[in-house]
Amino acid sequence: MIGAVNGALRRVPVWAVYLAGLLPLCWIIWLTLAGGIGVDPVKAIEHRLGKVALWFLIGGLAVTPLRRIAGLNLIRFRRALGLTAFLYVCLHALAWIWFDMGLLWAQAAADLVKRPYLLFGMVALALIVPLALTSNTASVRRLGPAWRRLHWLTYPAVALGVVHYLWQMKVISTEGWLWAAALAGLLVLRLPGLARLRLV
Amino acid sequence: GLSAAPSAYSTDAKPNTLEEITSYNNFYEFGWDKGDPAKYAGALTTDPWSVEIGGLVGRPGRYDLADVLKTAPLEERIYRFRCVEAWSMVIPWIGFPLAALLARVEPQPGAKYVALETLLRPEEMPGQRAGGIDWPYVEGLRLDEAMHPLTLLASGLYGEELPKQNGAPLRLVVPWKYGFKSIKSIVKITLTAEEPRTTWKALQPREYGFYANVNPEVDHPRWSQASERRIGAGLLAGREPTLMFNGYADEVAGLYAGLDLRKNY
Repeated sequence: MIGAVNGALRRVPVWAVYLAGLLPLCWIIWLTLAGGIGVDPVKAIEHRLGKVALWFLIGGLAVTPLRRIAGLNLIRFRRALGLTAFLYVCLHALAWIWFDMGLLWAQAAADLVKRPYLLFGMVALALIVPLALTSNTASVRRLGPAWRRLHWLTYPAVALGVVHYLWQMKVISTEGWLWAAALAGLLVLRLPGLARLRLV
Repeated sequence: GLSAAPSAYSTDAKPNTLEEITSYNNFYEFGWDKGDPAKYAGALTTDPWSVEIGGLVGRPGRYDLADVLKTAPLEERIYRFRCVEAWSMVIPWIGFPLAALLARVEPQPGAKYVALETLLRPEEMPGQRAGGIDWPYVEGLRLDEAMHPLTLLASGLYGEELPKQNGAPLRLVVPWKYGFKSIKSIVKITLTAEEPRTTWKALQPREYGFYANVNPEVDHPRWSQASERRIGAGLLAGREPTLMFNGYADEVAGLYAGLDLRKNY
């Protein structure tokens, strides 16, 4: 069964994943142009972009455990998932500084210090910049074992992103707890004792 | 429709659309999301409605809504509205000065504050069935703030009865203070000698004070109050500077002469 799925996945070109990753962006742009984004497009766009970034961040983090535990092989698509996540994190930050803060850099910087959740989000962004820059094949070859160590930064980056998301809520919603649980599960699976856990 | 005379206190700024005003609300009795009040407030029963007025007044009692609304002629007041979350709107309220109602119930000399309370009816207000806030929502003003001619008891919006998500059938509007002072769906007004408990100050005293005057120079601990986002201004409108007392400084600054606004935020 899983073999058939993996076989089918091998025939999916990677560019199709990149293309699919742009669909949420197209949807947001469509809603904005069609007037369906709500009375506060600024917050709606900002929040939607952040949420899509979370999907891809968590999705990228799930690739290795899915292979280990379920035998599902998505490794070919991991770079596409990571770079798509990076795109949405950047757009989310851009929506904040441009639409929300109106490019008032000094006020934005002051708010950053006042609101730890903003700082968490910014640190998460800062952590994934080197990951995006070294995601190309040449960097993987050149960095060798250091590449794996560098890309371990994914874990703190995604964790900070999820905390950033939870912290901006006045009261953490059910959906918020589900994201927290997903993150906790994925982190627990990387613990040394559990890293070898297999279902198949 | 409601007939209401125009007022010299109205701003000439362009009001937000009815859709904006009625679909973007903080009314936590109906949920945390800004869209929740529009979704769930329909279940609220606003008729019959009465307001219990008591405490240090000469004529305490339970006043039927229709009776309350006969207190003074209705006016249209187009006010700037500034939320503590740093967004703003312009809203064409219909109502009459709270001062007129207070005068009618004859405040006693010892009365220094006005405490106001929102309806507690968890069976119609899903947010009250969830935790987080010690319901009912309570707010308050100093008596001189409550008697100020800008302080409005609103029963209408855009020439019609107040929509439920905006605090029907009767709400307070204090345009120089952050929106959370403008308590919705009022059922009780009590004149007191001491500063009354207010919901947000009780919940987060470091972040929300009793006064809550709009003040670009005193930041919220977690964000700047120097600027605001006008809802409906468009994606690229950016932010506009927040005005002292939300632009009503000429009218109200005198109320706070000698008061340290940094300490009394």
